[in-house]
Amino acid sequence: MSAHESGSEVHAVGSTRLFVMVWIWLAVITFIEVFLAYERLRPDLMLTLLVVLSVVKAALIVSYFMHLKYEKISLALLLIPATIFCICMIIIFFMPDGARLMQMRLGH
Amino acid sequence: MAEMKTAVSVPVSSPWSGGGSPFAINSKKFGMWLFIVSDTLTFSALLLAYSYSRLANPNWPRPFEIYPAIAKSTSMTLILLASSLTMVLGVAAAHRNDRAKTVRWLLLTALGGLAFTVLHLTEWFNLFREGYTPWSTPQGVPLFGATFFGITGLHMTHVTIGVIYLVIMSIGYGKGKFTSDDVEVSGLYWHFVDLVWMFVFPMIYLMSVSLTG
Repeated sequence: MSAHESGSEVHAVGSTRLFVMVWIWLAVITFIEVFLAYERLRPDLMLTLLVVLSVVKAALIVSYFMHLKYEKISLALLLIPATIFCICMIIIFFMPDGARLMQMRLGH
Repeated sequence: MAEMKTAVSVPVSSPWSGGGSPFAINSKKFGMWLFIVSDTLTFSALLLAYSYSRLANPNWPRPFEIYPAIAKSTSMTLILLASSLTMVLGVAAAHRNDRAKTVRWLLLTALGGLAFTVLHLTEWFNLFREGYTPWSTPQGVPLFGATFFGITGLHMTHVTIGVIYLVIMSIGYGKGKFTSDDVEVSGLYWHFVDLVWMFVFPMIYLMSVSLTG
């Protein structure tokens, strides 16, 4: 970065090397997910594992590519906890019942 | 900073006293973040409705063979991830005021988005030929068609809008109509489209791989 480029927003920006590293991690997790898909797991366990891995990928994208890691912490605190709370509320409402129907129809 | 006479005494130095930016970002970027949160909740609701149906129906169709469906959708994932990387490099170039390089990275990103859409459409037409439509499947599970085409269709719409957005941005930035901050805002949108696919691909495709071979 040129030193004289002051002005709008000057803050730490990751290097190309860092972005390529993040990209490699994202690709590696993608291949882990594809591999996992061919394991014969119960659908609820499979879905949970895949979503957990996807949340890791989402966190990498938001932190590095979308730059949230380098913004003021107040922005992340405004955006992230409320969103996660809303999503958790829907999960609590519906997913236990989805799993119950699955157990019933699988005959366990 | 403009001096103002007010009846109430307010500590001017506080970022919360108004007139400033408590998040230290420009309003366009803040607006894009708010849009992203609302769009996150839209996709979350759809993916959760899908997940409920997916778990509740153990006889869910599993039509995706390793080739072409899984090979194709995995390549699409890597293409979209790569386009996020070129977008990041475009934003970095814009912050260095390197106009020519920014335009090139933005167009490359748009090209990645276009490749994604074209591959995805060939995948859709494969499924149409096999009898999968938004309202029916050969197995008689219309929920599969509705959720698959509904969610991937909404995502594809986002990608298409993103490609148009990026082309407009690259032309405008090349002509000096937009600033590097505008490029960064378009980058936020593009990364979000990538992020959504990181959930759609495993939850929709990988939960329905064909295990019979």
